[in-house]
Amino acid sequence: MAKQIPLVDYLVLGDDPHLVAHECTSCGARFFDRRNACASCGNTAFKPADVATTGEVRTFTIVSFAAPGIPVPYVAAVVDCEGTSVRGNLINVTPDAEHVSTGMKVRLATEVIGTDDEGTEAVGFGFEPLGG
Amino acid sequence: MASASEELWILGIDMTKFGKHPDKDIVDLASEAVQGALADAGVTMKDIGIIGAGNLMMAMAPTGQMVQKQLGQTGIPVYNVSNACATGATALRVAAMAVKAGETDMGLAFGVEKLAGAGLLAGGSRSADSNTWTPHGRYGAVAAVDGRIGTEIMPGVFAQIGLEYGHKYGGTSFELFAKIAEKNHSHSTLNPKAAYTKKMSLDEIMNDVMIAYPNTRPMCSANCDGAAAAVIVSGSKLKTLSKEQQKRAVKISASILTTDPFEEACQILPNVNTLTRNAANQAYEQAGVGPADLDLVELHDCFATAELVHYDNLMLCEEGGAADFFNSGATWRDGTTPVNVSGGLESKGHPIAATGIANIWEVAQHLRGEGGDRQIEGAKVGLAHVIGLGSACGVHILEKSAA
Repeated sequence: MAKQIPLVDYLVLGDDPHLVAHECTSCGARFFDRRNACASCGNTAFKPADVATTGEVRTFTIVSFAAPGIPVPYVAAVVDCEGTSVRGNLINVTPDAEHVSTGMKVRLATEVIGTDDEGTEAVGFGFEPLGG
Repeated sequence: MASASEELWILGIDMTKFGKHPDKDIVDLASEAVQGALADAGVTMKDIGIIGAGNLMMAMAPTGQMVQKQLGQTGIPVYNVSNACATGATALRVAAMAVKAGETDMGLAFGVEKLAGAGLLAGGSRSADSNTWTPHGRYGAVAAVDGRIGTEIMPGVFAQIGLEYGHKYGGTSFELFAKIAEKNHSHSTLNPKAAYTKKMSLDEIMNDVMIAYPNTRPMCSANCDGAAAAVIVSGSKLKTLSKEQQKRAVKISASILTTDPFEEACQILPNVNTLTRNAANQAYEQAGVGPADLDLVELHDCFATAELVHYDNLMLCEEGGAADFFNSGATWRDGTTPVNVSGGLESKGHPIAATGIANIWEVAQHLRGEGGDRQIEGAKVGLAHVIGLGSACGVHILEKSAA
């Protein structure tokens, strides 16, 4: 199997792919980028927290017109993963308003986005319909 | 000299026609608006004690000083500001704060932008992927994430903001959002300064090019060139000016700027709701008026999906009731709360830094009874709102002079 690298550092690959957030040890607010302090309470200590891999689509858009090099249409969404909001595309679904709706139940899924000159695969994530 | 309890008034205000101005640069456009505002105020550059200068796309340039070199180098302080789509309102706030603080009794603010043909804004983070995956940036990304992990383009971000409102409260549809654009494209037919003055049918709007569902092209703000400028004077200085100046002056009853407070998800999808609601609450309190007192509202309809949520955020309707409120006809120019009678950003146009002063110009025209064919009869109180994503929200409440 080819060597793999996650598209972003908060995606953990392996047998059970999932996202990991920086969780404030004081107020529990979660962030995906590197942190100096908590934007909610100012605390400076964080611990890694696994984010639920299932959730509900809180909102979406179907992008038909994008910057050069970005394949369209694609579905961009915000998914409520059991209390933690996550930005991601909806994948493995027909990208039109008949097949995508708010309130849809989805689960995290990964997909290879490309292979570099050394043969390493970059793996991204999205959300696919549950039980579909 | 002014004091901290000083009243703030707009003595003069003007905007250029919005649209394509291929032969004019930002100095030409800004100078035209500033000269218009000075003439409208009946003063000259020699009377001005401070300049707040707004521009976004060329924010490295000393825009204020460039305009001084064109119109009058008097040595006064200039503050060049950039605050996303709230840049114009921020420039105005700078001049207002200086007058309020008593540093000067007359200030000038302007906003100018060259944006015609700019295309999609943001979403430019996808640079060429490298030949070997190397993590970089705040998320350790090995490749660009726009389009792979959600979207960064503005039509898509605001589409999600509109659909999120629909998910929470119901009542929204593609057609409902398109009808909001239909209203604004109808309103602009009466505005000679609008970039687009062609009425569009609902069918035309819904069948136009889809940009980011549910926003088609005419449901997006129109990129264009333009400038707007205003002269702000203290209440005590105004008393020393002519009766005619006092009569045409427009009172700034509230001038507020807020940013987005932390909430869950606000770093995932920008929350444009809470900071607008906070700004509106502060503005209504400062002005001593409520939403029911407003004769007209110019709000930040950068996309049709945005206009809907701001009915609620500005408390023009009950919480969750924005769709019903729009369907009642309330926000058309003959409704109970006319919204964007200028045509709004969707049709009048959105030269970013000019917008936050142009909105105030529109409201001022009606309060002065100088609104021409689109005059809202008897207008006494109006509100102007802008949002800069990132985020900043400006709300101004304006009142007709009693003089």
